[in-house]
Amino acid sequence: MLTLRANHRLGDFHLKLDISVPSRGVTALFGRSGAGKSSVVNLLAGLLQPDDGYVKVAGTVLFDSANGLSVPPEQRRLGYVFQEGRLFPHLSVRGNLLFGHRRIASAERRIGVDDVVALLDIGPLLDRRPRDLSGGEKQRVAIGRALLANPKLLLMDEPLASLDAARKNEIIPFIEKLRDGFGIPIVYVTHDLNEIVRLADRVVLMSNGASVFTGSVEELVSRLDMAEVMDHPEAEAVIAAHVADHDDAFGLTRLVLPGAELQVRRMALAPGAPVRVRIRARDVAVALSAPTGISVLNVLPVRIHDIVDRREQCLLRLALDDTTGPFLWAGITARSRHDLDLRAGNRVYALIKAVAVEGSSGGAEPETAAAIR
Amino acid sequence: MLPLTDLELEAIRLSLRVAFWSVTCSLPFGIGAAFLLARTRFPGKSLLDGLIHLPLVIPPVVVGYMLLLLMGRRGPIGGWLHDALGITVIFTWQGAALAAAVMGFPLMVRAMRLSLEAVDRRLEQAARTLGAGRFDTFRSVTLPLMAPGILTGLVLAFARSLGEFGATITFVSNIPGQTRTIPVAIYTLTQTPDGDAAALRLCIIAVILALIALILSEWLARRLRTQLGN
Repeated sequence: MLTLRANHRLGDFHLKLDISVPSRGVTALFGRSGAGKSSVVNLLAGLLQPDDGYVKVAGTVLFDSANGLSVPPEQRRLGYVFQEGRLFPHLSVRGNLLFGHRRIASAERRIGVDDVVALLDIGPLLDRRPRDLSGGEKQRVAIGRALLANPKLLLMDEPLASLDAARKNEIIPFIEKLRDGFGIPIVYVTHDLNEIVRLADRVVLMSNGASVFTGSVEELVSRLDMAEVMDHPEAEAVIAAHVADHDDAFGLTRLVLPGAELQVRRMALAPGAPVRVRIRARDVAVALSAPTGISVLNVLPVRIHDIVDRREQCLLRLALDDTTGPFLWAGITARSRHDLDLRAGNRVYALIKAVAVEGSSGGAEPETAAAIR
Repeated sequence: MLPLTDLELEAIRLSLRVAFWSVTCSLPFGIGAAFLLARTRFPGKSLLDGLIHLPLVIPPVVVGYMLLLLMGRRGPIGGWLHDALGITVIFTWQGAALAAAVMGFPLMVRAMRLSLEAVDRRLEQAARTLGAGRFDTFRSVTLPLMAPGILTGLVLAFARSLGEFGATITFVSNIPGQTRTIPVAIYTLTQTPDGDAAALRLCIIAVILALIALILSEWLARRLRTQLGN
């Protein structure tokens, strides 16, 4: 487990944290800029000392103000990948990579230089200076440097924030390989929901210096009350699914999710591979009876769980099965709601016009399949 | 102009030796003082700052005289050095190096302090998270990043040492082969009938030495900056 309790004042900003999450997989710290995400990571790393608090990572107490205990950063063995890389300009890429590696006992060097160089594909860069690297290359070297210190936990503070979209897509697969290949738990700070859907096993949502939500990505996205805090006003559903099989004749892939099946564009994933589907409220329409003669492939029988009035729009929360299972959102106009006389409990059909699928799999090459109509 | 006379060679050798040792011995203190001034807070810090910079603003003769009072055989420090360790600094080249070190110290500290203040502390944090302790971080990250400033400080202090006159002649007098550095030798020659030509020769030598030091340091600084990626 990773336990963090802290009370800290930074000028006007008050940090008041009580976070407890499993220390395995990827834990995303999510929130707007200024919510205190980086402070959390600095508290874990020991770069920030709280006024009072308690920090425990994987069975080791790192900070305990009640007992006057504070393990210095160099003894915490937590890898830190900074937003700006922070490579040492006076050292070559090789020197940077070996900086932490040299400082641990050889018996503790489980992760080898060759493995990391291969994983991050930085072999050709080894003799270069940081100033001669592109932004994406710098970040890969920074990840390798942190990894080679053989950390018990890897802290990543918006490692992609300074990169453009193309560079982001270049780095994300490496982070996925890291998560799946080395089994090092990761605390990942971001304000980008896409990165979370792609990478995170669980999310801690931060707002004004406090953690306001801890749970799964799917649950977080379903919480309309968190939309404001997430800075993500658009209602959408994120649902865990896995690949069932492929229909090569039509170039489609069948996905199974709890209580439903979806057909999406052919994905390069093996049957059984876990994925996350994202369905936006505005891509879902409803019909009272099973429609015929339409081009929409995905028509699911659903039950209206409840109806949320939201500005000019009505949001229907649609249950895929009769239990508490996953929900879809459908965004319709108040007029449609009135005309169809929709009420909670009604059984209707959801017409899904577009599905985005994010691979969240181990091993296989993830991809994004968009807009199946 | 060539060959150089024995007297000139002696003055050059002595000046270089005095400057070299004054700079070498004050280097660790210079780094320490720069660290105290740039990175720490303590009561009396501005007093220390003032004391370090004092030789820049008071007459060199005053510095020399204060050194004489402190370091002379009956002085509080010089007396102890003589009685306990058998070391005498007045009227020796070591004394000349001490005078030069005190006079060059503010220049050295100033350059180093500026470069230390410019070091990105976030890089030091990164080093800490990678397992380097405070001293290790200072040695392996901070010092290399300060290198251009350290070099500048060394060159300034070296040049200042080569040119030191007032404090030297007051503290260690004018003894051939011991304390008669180039400036003292020039002064002596100008006080001698028919010494003008010889004084001029030494003046030219002083200018050439200073130029060589400057050019060398410029070249080194450029190499260092390229290494650091600026």
